[in-house]
Amino acid sequence: MPVWNRRRFLTLAIAAPTITIAAKLATDDSAADALPSNPQLADLLDFGDVVSLASAPTAGSMVLEVTDEGVVRFELPRAESGQGITTAVAMMIAEELDARLADVRVELADADPARLWNQFTAGSTGVRTLWNPVRAIAAAARARLVTAAAVQWSLPADTLTTRDSKVWAPDGRSAGYGSLSVRAATVVPAIHTSPKAVTDHKLVGKPTGRVDARAIVTGQAKFGMDIEVPGALATVVARPPTIKGTVVSCDDTAARAIPGVVAVTRIPTGVAVSAETMDIALRGRDALKIVWKDGPAVGLSDSDIRTKLRAAVPPFIVPPLLTQRLDADFDFAFVSHAPMEVLNAVADVRADRAELWFACQSPIVAQREIATAIGLPVSKVTVHVPRAGGSFGRRLFWDPALEAAQVSKKIGKPVRLMWTRTDDIRHGRLRPASHHKIRATFALGQMLSFEHRMACVETDFKHGFGEVVSASGAAVLGPGDGLMFFHLSASNPYNLGVVTQLLSEVPTPLNTGSWRSVYSGGLRTAEEIVVDQLAAKFGKDPVGFRMSVLKSARTKAVLAKVVKEGEWGRALPRGHAQGVAVHEEYRSATACLVEIDATDPAAPRVTRATIAVDVGLPVNPTGLKAQLMGGLTDAISTMLTAGVHLDDGRVRESSFADFRYARQRNSPPRLDVHVMPPSGKPGGAGELGVPAASAAVVNAYAKATGTRPRSFPIAF
Amino acid sequence: MPTYRFTVNGTEVDVDAPADTSLLWVLRERLGVTGPKYGCGVGACRACTSHLDGAEIQPCVVPVEQCHGREVTTIEGLADGDTLHPVQQAWLDEDVAQCGFCQPGQIMAAVALLDRTPDPSDADIDAIENVCRCGTYCRIRSAIKRVAAGG
Repeated sequence: MPVWNRRRFLTLAIAAPTITIAAKLATDDSAADALPSNPQLADLLDFGDVVSLASAPTAGSMVLEVTDEGVVRFELPRAESGQGITTAVAMMIAEELDARLADVRVELADADPARLWNQFTAGSTGVRTLWNPVRAIAAAARARLVTAAAVQWSLPADTLTTRDSKVWAPDGRSAGYGSLSVRAATVVPAIHTSPKAVTDHKLVGKPTGRVDARAIVTGQAKFGMDIEVPGALATVVARPPTIKGTVVSCDDTAARAIPGVVAVTRIPTGVAVSAETMDIALRGRDALKIVWKDGPAVGLSDSDIRTKLRAAVPPFIVPPLLTQRLDADFDFAFVSHAPMEVLNAVADVRADRAELWFACQSPIVAQREIATAIGLPVSKVTVHVPRAGGSFGRRLFWDPALEAAQVSKKIGKPVRLMWTRTDDIRHGRLRPASHHKIRATFALGQMLSFEHRMACVETDFKHGFGEVVSASGAAVLGPGDGLMFFHLSASNPYNLGVVTQLLSEVPTPLNTGSWRSVYSGGLRTAEEIVVDQLAAKFGKDPVGFRMSVLKSARTKAVLAKVVKEGEWGRALPRGHAQGVAVHEEYRSATACLVEIDATDPAAPRVTRATIAVDVGLPVNPTGLKAQLMGGLTDAISTMLTAGVHLDDGRVRESSFADFRYARQRNSPPRLDVHVMPPSGKPGGAGELGVPAASAAVVNAYAKATGTRPRSFPIAF
Repeated sequence: MPTYRFTVNGTEVDVDAPADTSLLWVLRERLGVTGPKYGCGVGACRACTSHLDGAEIQPCVVPVEQCHGREVTTIEGLADGDTLHPVQQAWLDEDVAQCGFCQPGQIMAAVALLDRTPDPSDADIDAIENVCRCGTYCRIRSAIKRVAAGG
């Protein structure tokens, strides 16, 4: 972490503006041949609205500072794991301040319980929740800097202008922000402090490279794994062969005899070896002789999970009588998060205080839980949040930080604890496996009902999600955080008659967690596959049918965009085909059109993809396109090859050699992402791309091969 | 304990370590060179990709004894002072990185490819095995083609 000059100049922490719920009507132009469908909760109040409401009271606890050197420093209470929030926020600040982007430094804030729920990174809510408060704080800072210059020059403030990190007088004089900062801290703003109109934006909305790109390409970017804390011992943990297995006995004689091994420590999850360097810690771990007790998932394999899920699917309401119907079942496998940077944490626990460094999406809850575990008051536990080498939901949980704190407390020394890749895949958290039953009924060429019943291995939401919802004032929707999240995210974009989406959760002893796009990854993917089949039932093509039943003009527009740009319907060789799908969530909409080469059905290759996205107001189109590209890669991976097997209470896979996430040879040689013009306020983007791309890949594969894939990944 | 002498990014180093210690941990833990990343330790993810005498290696599976008397180049040694290597510049021009963790390895793999094959085909680019969990492959491909086309 950089050490900042603690001498304060202009430092602002202002009250948050009012943030209101955006309610939208469920239908804007219903198709003539479709029965309008009922609005769902997520159409009216979704997870992003909830986070906005919960974080609004403390939005003013964010800090913006202008140093005497003219650096605009902002402490961002969010995680940066590649989604580009630091760049988007730097752009918002530079825009409102009329500062050069290079002068803006966005640092990740330490955990601060005073922020309550305004330090939670999940649900594609970053830009949505920060858009108003960040612009407000930057606009207020600009007003003060202008006022300071007005005082200095004895000129009316409203005659001054700002650009390039300077205030300018009508006669051409200028003063850099750094030179004005001290005075700006004490003036009463003499001009308005409201953010710019969108039409006045010069930077927001313009394609912009990541602010940290140069540090990344030169190897200078520091991740949690690269943090140097003097005296911190490299630490790894011997873990059981089974999930949540426990130690019966441990002979550490050989391990302790290795030069450089400093300590061997029993912790609840295994046996930790701390050493001078990581290679020595790994040797020490391998020298341990441990007798393990089986974990609670022994006896559970994929087939048992599938049986449990099928038994748990809620019943349909519409009986299979009188009407024509289409029934379809789907299975989705467990998936590892497997961020490139393995889990790690640095912990320095002393008798009266503790200091930790770990990338985390929920640092306030993590700080509280770790403080409790090591017996210190929260105020004595400092949590620094470094950048993360990927997350995808994984760093909502702080397992490695808890382990590092436990080891450091026991041995009285700072430790830097690393999970190996095998630890990550075998003992990490899993996107829960799910089973889906969909029944669509229709008569006389008209859709009557569309019922989706999803059974899912229970997702662990104990990372503060439930407390966020409570803090927002939203009514509790049912028992369990999973059901709450389901109803705050699940929606179907079509007029298909009576639409119902229900979830049943199956508790297991497994380690689970939200995975990019959470329930929508299975829910909406399955639905978009069925929509293709419904189109066929009605004798329409997949695009024409969707256009006739889509509710939203925005979604129709993104679909029309990919149809045109992706050349829907163009002739392709035998074994090749196109597939298309759409998705709406986070107040955004996307469509994806892919072409696949399934000449060898066992080794399909997506050869081209065309994506259109409407996020309401794109802050950084370059970063937005990157998120859609990532969603596509996740889709190709999880639909075609990447999943993990559960064998008798243990995960079969152990590295990227067998957890078959896409590589270059699996990605399309041609990708075009089209960003739609601004249509409103910023929506979410990080997770948006996964469901539409997933279904497009499967729809293309189905057409190319003449099959109907029902279990994913297809090659598993 | 044996001593191995080799150069890292042009600087000669002496390392005391067991012969089978992987170059990755020697670089990261003993020499403070943290550009090469640990992602798997078995040569599967290739986040640590660097060069040995100009050829691509995965330091996590290269024992330090094999480096004796040779030249190791990591991402830190690629630029010429403040002047980026053309591949690094192309990475900026295409805004390739997301989380950035795998990108030092991706860049070193691309440099090795372009050294071997200055005008690589799509199939040549497909042969790059480095995993990017953020899924930046399309921009990696564009960046490599940009370099091949002369920037």
